[in-house]
Amino acid sequence: MSATKPALQIPGTRIFDSELAQKGYALNKMCFSFNSAENREAFRADEAGYARKFGLTVEQYEAVRTRNVLGLLAAGGNVYYLAKFAGILGLDVQDLGAAQTGMSKEDFKAMLVAAGKEA
Amino acid sequence: MARIVGAINTSHVPAIGRAIAANLQDDPYWKPFFDGFPPVHAWLDKVRPDVVVVLYNDHGLNFFLDKMPTFAVGAAPEYHNADEGWGIPTLPPFKGVPGLSWHVINELVAREFDLTTCQEMLVDHAFSLPLKLLWPDAPSCPVPTVPVCINTVQYPLPSARRCYKLGKALGEAIASWDEDKRVLIVGTGGLSHQLDGERAGFVNPAFDKAFMDSLIDNPEWVTQYSNEEIVEKTGTQGIELLMWLAARAALPGKVSRVHSNYHIPISNTASGLLAMACED
Repeated sequence: MSATKPALQIPGTRIFDSELAQKGYALNKMCFSFNSAENREAFRADEAGYARKFGLTVEQYEAVRTRNVLGLLAAGGNVYYLAKFAGILGLDVQDLGAAQTGMSKEDFKAMLVAAGKEA
Repeated sequence: MARIVGAINTSHVPAIGRAIAANLQDDPYWKPFFDGFPPVHAWLDKVRPDVVVVLYNDHGLNFFLDKMPTFAVGAAPEYHNADEGWGIPTLPPFKGVPGLSWHVINELVAREFDLTTCQEMLVDHAFSLPLKLLWPDAPSCPVPTVPVCINTVQYPLPSARRCYKLGKALGEAIASWDEDKRVLIVGTGGLSHQLDGERAGFVNPAFDKAFMDSLIDNPEWVTQYSNEEIVEKTGTQGIELLMWLAARAALPGKVSRVHSNYHIPISNTASGLLAMACED
């Protein structure tokens, strides 16, 4: 067992540890490049070609191609870099929340409002 | 000698930038959040800080996984903002205070904090939005800044205990700066929220409130927890409370609560605001 492996398993939650950081490097590097508007344009023009330049794994590219948020996380994507990919798609964090929990966006937002009423 | 006037901790949700740009402060969704700030503005008018030291976390704008510093201190004459890849409105450049930056760097390294120093550094929403919330009417931030960035992206992250010690050393370093300046500390992030995973949307108001209260009289309270335990209790991004903790730890002696506000939801986040004054 690696020394950096988290001792605690939290349901529905990934700790972005050394294992995920190594696994997701290519995918995260591509997403980091989207800080530049020029790179976002290049990705839009040719997704497959752009992804190839970063050496994405088959699993990573499939998750990108199918816009599969949980798949992107499982492939080592980190939410801070993935958020830049989501931005290209015009998705906000509530779209992502809905996609990951299997709720509609409206239901996801309503869940948060309800949590506020209980607070 | 420099004097620390107090600290302001606030959430830094990117959507706040859009709300400011669209003038949504009185919109029913946003009003409970923005209504927290006027009492803090009144206090700022009273204490008139000359410099602000901002503890924040970069979200993949300046730092990538190729080189990920645990603690980074800006030492630039000016810091630029960017659209971060998803087109959020940018703010004008922020003036730096290289003299204080280098003083802090020298003092912290002498106190065994092995820092990364940045003479060029892009600052993201976690740095820029809190300053815009504190000085909303100025075209650009009227107070020069020193950014201090804590890694909350790639584990292992520094522990709460370590961030507390960093904040304490930072406060001592600032207090030994040989300039007659009033210094404000700002800590940004949190409170409980989780953007990623099947547990997305998780918030924990009971823990958030206990944490906010602890910062006044018992600031080391949260250092009893490991980072994984903090994530369990506050969500993957709730770990940003580390910046609140370090900001509080920078304050010497006793503090009093100037104002606080807590509201759910802003975007996916339980938003918090806590202004604390140093008691003379």
